[in-house]
Amino acid sequence: MAASGEVQDLRLVNLVKSFGDFTAVDDLTLTIPGGSFFALLGPSGCGKTTTLRMVAGLEAPTSGNILLGDTDITNEKPYKRYVNTVFQSYALFPHLDIFENVAFGLRRRGIKDVSGPVNEMLDLVQLGPMARRKPAQLSGGQQQRVAVARALINEPGVLLLDEPLGALDLKLRRQMQIELKRIQTEVGTTFVHVTHDQEEAMTMADTVAVMNKGRIEQMGAPVDIYDLPKTAFVANFLGQSNSVAGTVQGRSGDDLIVGAPGGSYNVPAARSTRQEGAILLGVRPEKLSIATAGSSAAVPDRHNRATGKVTDASFTGVSTQYLVMTTWGDEWTVFEQNRSVDLLQPGDEVVIHWAPEYTFGLDVPSGE
Amino acid sequence: MRWLRKNLIPIIGILVLVYLFVPIAVVAILSFNKPDGKFNVAWNQFSLEAWQNLCGVPGVCQSFVMSIQIGVIATIGGTILGTMIAFALVRYRFRGRSTTNLLIFLPMATPEVVLGSSLLALFLNLAFPLGFWTVTIAHIMFIISFVVVTVKARLQGMDPRLEEAARDLYADPKSTFRYVTFPLVLPGILGAALLGFSLSFDDYIISAFNAGTLVTFPIYIWGAAQRGIPVQVNALATLVFVLSLLVVLGAQFVNSRRRRKLESSAA
Repeated sequence: MAASGEVQDLRLVNLVKSFGDFTAVDDLTLTIPGGSFFALLGPSGCGKTTTLRMVAGLEAPTSGNILLGDTDITNEKPYKRYVNTVFQSYALFPHLDIFENVAFGLRRRGIKDVSGPVNEMLDLVQLGPMARRKPAQLSGGQQQRVAVARALINEPGVLLLDEPLGALDLKLRRQMQIELKRIQTEVGTTFVHVTHDQEEAMTMADTVAVMNKGRIEQMGAPVDIYDLPKTAFVANFLGQSNSVAGTVQGRSGDDLIVGAPGGSYNVPAARSTRQEGAILLGVRPEKLSIATAGSSAAVPDRHNRATGKVTDASFTGVSTQYLVMTTWGDEWTVFEQNRSVDLLQPGDEVVIHWAPEYTFGLDVPSGE
Repeated sequence: MRWLRKNLIPIIGILVLVYLFVPIAVVAILSFNKPDGKFNVAWNQFSLEAWQNLCGVPGVCQSFVMSIQIGVIATIGGTILGTMIAFALVRYRFRGRSTTNLLIFLPMATPEVVLGSSLLALFLNLAFPLGFWTVTIAHIMFIISFVVVTVKARLQGMDPRLEEAARDLYADPKSTFRYVTFPLVLPGILGAALLGFSLSFDDYIISAFNAGTLVTFPIYIWGAAQRGIPVQVNALATLVFVLSLLVVLGAQFVNSRRRRKLESSAA
């Protein structure tokens, strides 16, 4: 039994997992390219951890297949798959020292001379001097690196990371994000990272799949998903969005004209999942410009605009976050870079405007 | 007054320790006594006679060895069975699981007199000859309860992810048990075994009902108490106390040395 070493795609085909009446993973089909850093992003209970556990072999799928390269591993025992996991709480063996924790996988596969690879791996995660300590004597960040080393040393086809940074404080988490990314680049192994932290997913992953209620809502490069979300869930889970519901009233060139409570808006037809009927328009808070109502004449004609009243202004140094109550009663968020010292005050009447190409059109979610 | 308030907790602590250790000290001191008359209750004269001639009184050493034999067999039997029951109760869902959970507590909750006499009735009805094996069976029975409770707690407190991690790291079920589960549960099993042995060694009531003509150490002492307990009993009891003290201190020493070694290698 030799470690695969080579880079293979991981494919999930029509994967379903039900617990009684509850469907945790609902007909999931997904290809994770070999060597990529892939993030499964979603709120708790969306089925992302269940998906990971099925890939690891710790949970049996109700139906569907899991393939690593061309090999079907759906029914392979967990201890026979070239897949290793970094557990959420690390699950380091408390009775073994760091060296033996890292050597565990090699020893179980009958490899006699483990000290070379183990020391090499401990150096990779910068824990060489800690080899003879017990896990309890290490800090959270160090334990996390041991967990990564313990899994990676087996040169798995895929490394699964189950919320690996959840237990760390913010500063350490940022540090470990960079560290993990470095390790992944260095070893070239496929990383599948499960997280509910959208910032973490966007920082680290080449590809992000946003999961909700057992299904993938949208998948792609972080920049693309952020720029053009395809569902209201993605628009709000990955970053923040302002939205207004309206109806498509016609076309003007490449744009759709949408009638909505605040007036009439333009959205490029290519940026809309709907070409007619009810539509949800969205725009990211940092794409908006804000000005006092008096200077509305200065707003470029082609811009979409909405008027309202500032209800809150929080100064954060680099930028100011405004909450604006629109004339039709929605609260919109605006991020404005602090390039001038003239800040707007709560109570100010303002006009918000933005270029149509920043707008995206979505299906109106059912149940709203 | 202020001094008292500041030192109240150490004072109470010392008083409690004194309360706990005075009886043991009396036993130990009297083992060096040469009693005046047949009752070893008042200090008379220093003597090493009992220590030099531990088995000097007929029956005392036989009963001592008997109790150790029963204790060892019952502990091994009870620990193995109890550990297996604990694993079954924690790891598997089966019919009668919650009933078993409840019944396992009964030997601990039932008064020993009731347990001893019922067992006697059972053995008599089965025409099972009373003696070594009836006592051993009785001891195994109550040791099981203590082992199940201790090992169960240990197993339940164990992170299930540790075993998942082992499986994920190429350990088949057998290796997972050998390299992860068992080493993690072992301290609980050992603790339960020690407790089981001491319970068996000093049990009188259940043993007396089911011993027939067999004489265990507690039964010997009980019998001797009517005529005057020989000094050898004090000596043997002191010996047991010193031996168990050495075991505990030894474990502490090994532990602290290991910790110091780890800390110095870490620095």
